[in-house]
Amino acid sequence: MAPLVVKNKVLVGNSGGEMGVRGWVTALSTDNGQIAWKAYNTGPDTDVLIGPHFKPFYPQDQGKDLGVSTWPPDAWQIGGGTVWGWISYDPELNLIYYGTGNPGPWNADQRPGDNKWTSGIFARNSDNGEARWFYQWSPHDIHDYDGINENLLLDMPVQGQMRKVLVRPERNGYLYVLDRITGEVLSATPYVHITSTKGVDLKSGRLIYAEDKKPEIGKVIRDICPAAPGAKDWQPSAFSLQTGLLYMPHNNLCMDWEEVEVSYIAGTPFVGTNVKMYAGPGGHRGALTAWDPVAAKQVWSIKETFPVWSGAVATAGGVVFYGTMEGWFKAVHARTGEELWRFKAGSGIIGQPITYRGPDGKQYVAVLAGVGGWAGAIVAAGLDPRDGTAALGFVNAMTDLPAHTTKGGMLYVFALP
Amino acid sequence: MFLHSHERHIVEKATLRCVRMAGGLFLLLVIAVASGSEAQSLPQRQLRVCADPNNLPFSNERLEGFENKLAELIAHELNATLTYTWWAQRRGFIRNTLKATTCDLLMGVPKRLDAVLTTSPYYRSTYVFVYRPENGLTVRSLDDPILRTVKIGVQLIGNDGANSPPAHALARRHIIENVVGYSVYGDYAQPNPTARIIEAVATGAVDVAVVWGPIASYFARSQPVPLVVVPVTPSRDTPTLPFVFDIALGVRRGEEAFRAELDAILQRRRPDINRILDEYGVPRVEMSEPRSAVQ
Repeated sequence: MAPLVVKNKVLVGNSGGEMGVRGWVTALSTDNGQIAWKAYNTGPDTDVLIGPHFKPFYPQDQGKDLGVSTWPPDAWQIGGGTVWGWISYDPELNLIYYGTGNPGPWNADQRPGDNKWTSGIFARNSDNGEARWFYQWSPHDIHDYDGINENLLLDMPVQGQMRKVLVRPERNGYLYVLDRITGEVLSATPYVHITSTKGVDLKSGRLIYAEDKKPEIGKVIRDICPAAPGAKDWQPSAFSLQTGLLYMPHNNLCMDWEEVEVSYIAGTPFVGTNVKMYAGPGGHRGALTAWDPVAAKQVWSIKETFPVWSGAVATAGGVVFYGTMEGWFKAVHARTGEELWRFKAGSGIIGQPITYRGPDGKQYVAVLAGVGGWAGAIVAAGLDPRDGTAALGFVNAMTDLPAHTTKGGMLYVFALP
Repeated sequence: MFLHSHERHIVEKATLRCVRMAGGLFLLLVIAVASGSEAQSLPQRQLRVCADPNNLPFSNERLEGFENKLAELIAHELNATLTYTWWAQRRGFIRNTLKATTCDLLMGVPKRLDAVLTTSPYYRSTYVFVYRPENGLTVRSLDDPILRTVKIGVQLIGNDGANSPPAHALARRHIIENVVGYSVYGDYAQPNPTARIIEAVATGAVDVAVVWGPIASYFARSQPVPLVVVPVTPSRDTPTLPFVFDIALGVRRGEEAFRAELDAILQRRRPDINRILDEYGVPRVEMSEPRSAVQ
């Protein structure tokens, strides 16, 4: 993850939720690198920095040492809940917001309980790390839906009243609007096709799982949407103050779970799960979607052949830039989605476009091309397209990518006219 | 471009030409002009094995594992020089070694592993119970009521909710509170990372461990207290959860000829291979019947 500097502290977290680690976020002094505070995302309240100022909105998040009691004995010690995404800061409230990764490494049957504080979001005082509130996107996650995506801090009307909100396009397929002072869920609207859950109960704040899509050893389960990388992975959205719209690069992927014999350690065979991912309804695997967070509805959406694994940036000129895995760098009209310009980069784009004013006073847009990551592993790692289960099943959805792009790494900088 | 010494010698004699390309690229053309004597000396065949440098009893960098011994036997049969590509065996192992063609042979994979072409299995082993024979403790079956009260250690894998068979079997029986997980990856900075779960039985940190047989019996032998090692029953818990697995050699898909050579060696040297497995105490289940019928 990219660290975030808030005042005199560098904030950073860990990764490795599948490897038996315990997630944390820590603040280092910008002066000398010393640890100012460290907050774990599982375990006793003292480790999680939960104290008298912790006021979560929903009753299921209130109580002592839930980071211990929502797990089987000691399982929290290797329970995941890592911090590998984005941290946002509200200077007025002096709160940082960050998501926590999926629980691990037990299969879901072996870790009954909500497995706090994984697959959720914390608000913390940036000075001392004290937790202010927590909300859990996916209690007792069973689909590998990390909760680490970006948080957009907006001030916007909700039912006629201005609210300080946090907008989260979540991996589980819902676009959440939370009150960022209290952690209350104001709305949770599906932005892709969802079969794994049936909605979010706004009264209790709880996600409602679809029992028939629960992955389970001994069963083949088809048509789980969204797939494990989620409706949207870590690729960040953009927001335009001009249009009031959110521009989300995202996936349209479903998956099947099947069983096979595998081995990660020589001679330690076990029954693993073959995950096969494929395009969701419509046949396209990705999209860039413009979303109106106030009306909680889609305004327009551009279908893309491959998952849109790059970030997006919106400029004051009314243009949104994003990249595709084939290597197209595109500029589209922020209000209509009409394509204005495209450029074929030397490799697929999974980087984040940025815009800036150069020393010459001109505006520039820059993007790093170079396909890779989970979605692009088939090209970057040269995986065999005949093994659809490679890259945890993502290869099955990407077998045609090598025909569209090659490996590479180039920085492109464009001057705006 | 990496060259072996005699090849480098050839290149030094060769004509090198640089052609300036329009885009500023340089294309290097190498025209090898080998002298007669060098062309005649055929390099000896190499057996390039992909292996973990820290994974006893299977393999290690000091060549102390039974897969090291088996590799030596196969190299001898092929009249080949044995070399290793070392890589920690975990997710990405096959991609970074066998499929990256830095080596050609995996010494121990499940027979039904999709990612590679496998030989006939050369042993069949089983998950086992490991415990201290104290206070009259006996464990034979996953259905023994004692498993609801004693502390049980299992190996954890944890990717995609996948886990070792005992972890699933115990969860299915709602045996959860008294189960402790030990990562199969372990602490790789320590020697023999998979030994921790067996040491936990010896020290009393857990009462019973359910572990893959070759690991269990090898490390049980070196503990300061005697440990009991017995096969897990049933050998198949639900139609899709086996505790018995066939282990084979693995080569790249499409390399049928190499596989046929290896199969012939496995058959020809079967008694010697069994002797190696015996030396390391690898618990075996008879392979004469189909696996699904094995008790």
